Amino acid sequence: MINLKINNIPVSVEAGTTILEAAKQIGIKIPTLCYMKEINEIGACRVCVVEVKGARSLVAACVYPVNEGMEVFTDTPAVRKARKTTIELILSNHNKSCLSCDRNMNCELQALSYEYGCDLNAYAGEQTPSEIDISTDYLVRDNSKCVLCRRCVATCKSIQHVAVIGTMNRGFNTSIGCAFDADLAETSCAACGQCINVCPTGALTEKSEIDNVRAALADPSKTVIVGTAPAVRAALGEEFGYPIGTNVEGKMVSSLRLLGFDKIFDVNFTADLTILEESHEFIERVQAGEHLPLITSCSPGWIRFMEYYYPELIPNISSCKSPQQMFGACVKTYYAEKMGIDPKDIYVVSVMPCVAKKFEKNRADQAAAGVQDVDAVLTTRELAKMIKANGVIFNQLPDGEFDAPLGEYTGAGVIFGATGGVMEAALRTAVEVITGEKLDSVEFEAVRGTQGIKEATYKVGDLEVSVAVASGLENARAICEQIKNGTCKYQFIEIMGCPGGCVNGGGQPIQSSFVRRNTDIRALRAKVLYEIDANSKVRKSHENTVVDTLYKEYFGKPGSHKAHEVLHTSYVKREKY
Amino acid sequence: MKKNTTIPFDGTPEQEQQLRAVLSKLKNVPGGLMPAMQQAQDIYGYLPKEVQVIIAEELGVSLAEVYGIATFYAQFALYPKGQYKVAVCLGTACYVKGSGEIFDELSKQLNIANGEVTPDKRFSLDATRCIGCCGLAPVMTINDEVYGKITAKDVAGILAKYQA
Repeated sequence: MINLKINNIPVSVEAGTTILEAAKQIGIKIPTLCYMKEINEIGACRVCVVEVKGARSLVAACVYPVNEGMEVFTDTPAVRKARKTTIELILSNHNKSCLSCDRNMNCELQALSYEYGCDLNAYAGEQTPSEIDISTDYLVRDNSKCVLCRRCVATCKSIQHVAVIGTMNRGFNTSIGCAFDADLAETSCAACGQCINVCPTGALTEKSEIDNVRAALADPSKTVIVGTAPAVRAALGEEFGYPIGTNVEGKMVSSLRLLGFDKIFDVNFTADLTILEESHEFIERVQAGEHLPLITSCSPGWIRFMEYYYPELIPNISSCKSPQQMFGACVKTYYAEKMGIDPKDIYVVSVMPCVAKKFEKNRADQAAAGVQDVDAVLTTRELAKMIKANGVIFNQLPDGEFDAPLGEYTGAGVIFGATGGVMEAALRTAVEVITGEKLDSVEFEAVRGTQGIKEATYKVGDLEVSVAVASGLENARAICEQIKNGTCKYQFIEIMGCPGGCVNGGGQPIQSSFVRRNTDIRALRAKVLYEIDANSKVRKSHENTVVDTLYKEYFGKPGSHKAHEVLHTSYVKREKY
Repeated sequence: MKKNTTIPFDGTPEQEQQLRAVLSKLKNVPGGLMPAMQQAQDIYGYLPKEVQVIIAEELGVSLAEVYGIATFYAQFALYPKGQYKVAVCLGTACYVKGSGEIFDELSKQLNIANGEVTPDKRFSLDATRCIGCCGLAPVMTINDEVYGKITAKDVAGILAKYQA
């Protein structure tokens, strides 16, 4: 152990600990901007500087390791002055349109400016020229708000192994961008949106569809139907001051009612439907012995990544549409017919923890009724923004209930939002269908948890089924490489584009880097979903009574011709460059 | 900022073979990217997208990374040099004597930015550091020809000498 003093308080820490981490142990939060533990430790922004007795100059606490007998001072006049100057210099090259910025009141640069009493115009001068990139369906890059912390670059490279953004040019012309100044739409970006979640400012945001949704809600000729993804209810509360890991399903439904949606359904319902189609597909492939392993298709970020980097795996991917797309498809076919509404007059909005869903809704082969299955996708953040802007007093709302019929869901449907959830839900159904016997326990613990890759083998009747679950594209890549080089021993694989699955999706509420490194957000949000599952009376997708009705009245049976027309889709090879 | 010229790539199969030989040697060498880019530039004279893509694929890094390095170091060129290499000294003495305006005028007349080449590959334009003849400031050079004590108004006349 290393003994040192921080602000005259003795502290003992392991060798190799940084001053930043040591200070946290005595309850001091040293401010940071560029720092992300283990992902981006570059000491670039100089906001974390501290005084070390005997050192020639101030040092960057985020990368400076402690020494025996060291004396550190984190809050001297020299330290405060240096930090303030640094922040003011960053502000001198920052588009300070803070009042209406998407990240107003949730911006790390704004918080620092406030804490250090910065003069916003201390250093007036030229600003690095930049253009806003709105080329994609899902993301907006505004470099005028970029502070060059490189947290997005590090995330794209080290966590997602995609690395379509990097640091370009040098000096005053340094910018974050794509190779050859290409628009993001011209690159092999997977659309996961993890870069948005780590951006300290408003430089990276989703492409908002709030205006489109408002226009549809104001149009009397449209029946506007909304569906919510599992993970939204596990995180939306954070935008209204609830602790991370609070289930706000009831208040979410009530607020959607107040926003004026005609019907409030649940995408959990089509998660259940996905399981019926996908487990049928799995059993079929096992019996035929072809196109194994079967890989899940719920995550549009993963699918887009696969289409760019591993298109040879297309035959292995489940042809099932994602729950979002099945939702839109069912609303515009089955429900429209049942209610006698022309699908053209239905406007389907999905609320998603995801920005890749915005891209997915515009894909080809996603129009079961001849019109696009889903018309607009709102992220969890956008929904929160609408709720606030409409004056809905979220915290005071009573718990509401989803509408019938497409609002019923089972415990299996809701766990889709956490890594391993789709696998567990599929196993609950596949095992019972294959063996014809009731499961003693519906809990498949080995596929739960936030590890990047999980694996398990289950005995299903006479079959040994080896499964793997991967989340985050770095882990997805590892699995894909196994398949490519012939060492893959699995028959069924679940892959989610974001680390931890949808609960940690690119459309979820943004937590500061301090919260992110000191809290396991993924686990806390996932716990909400597993609790809902544990408390559900029905926990198997094939026991969802509305799904059952849907097959009886409309699709016949899983994998039927009609089901294929409405609920399945196709993929394309995409060129990287 | 968007680059505004595009030059068709005219690399030969021999050049590609040379490049791939270099890359296969540097594939698993830590820190191999910089020497790979330097040798690629020796082979092609510059680093067009086609070459950067091969480097990225062979060394298992992303194109954004290769491009980031190519734009960080002044030694790397994204465009080939022209038949006439126009260079303007932006060193301190030339700059205070107005070489910035000369550079801007050249950029306007040739319709290319720093480091670029005209689509017919006749002229390329580079801003340089001090070239050591401050007594002639402001100075521009075209290949080995030196033009000293000039103003922005002289640019059109000088360029005219090199037009076909």
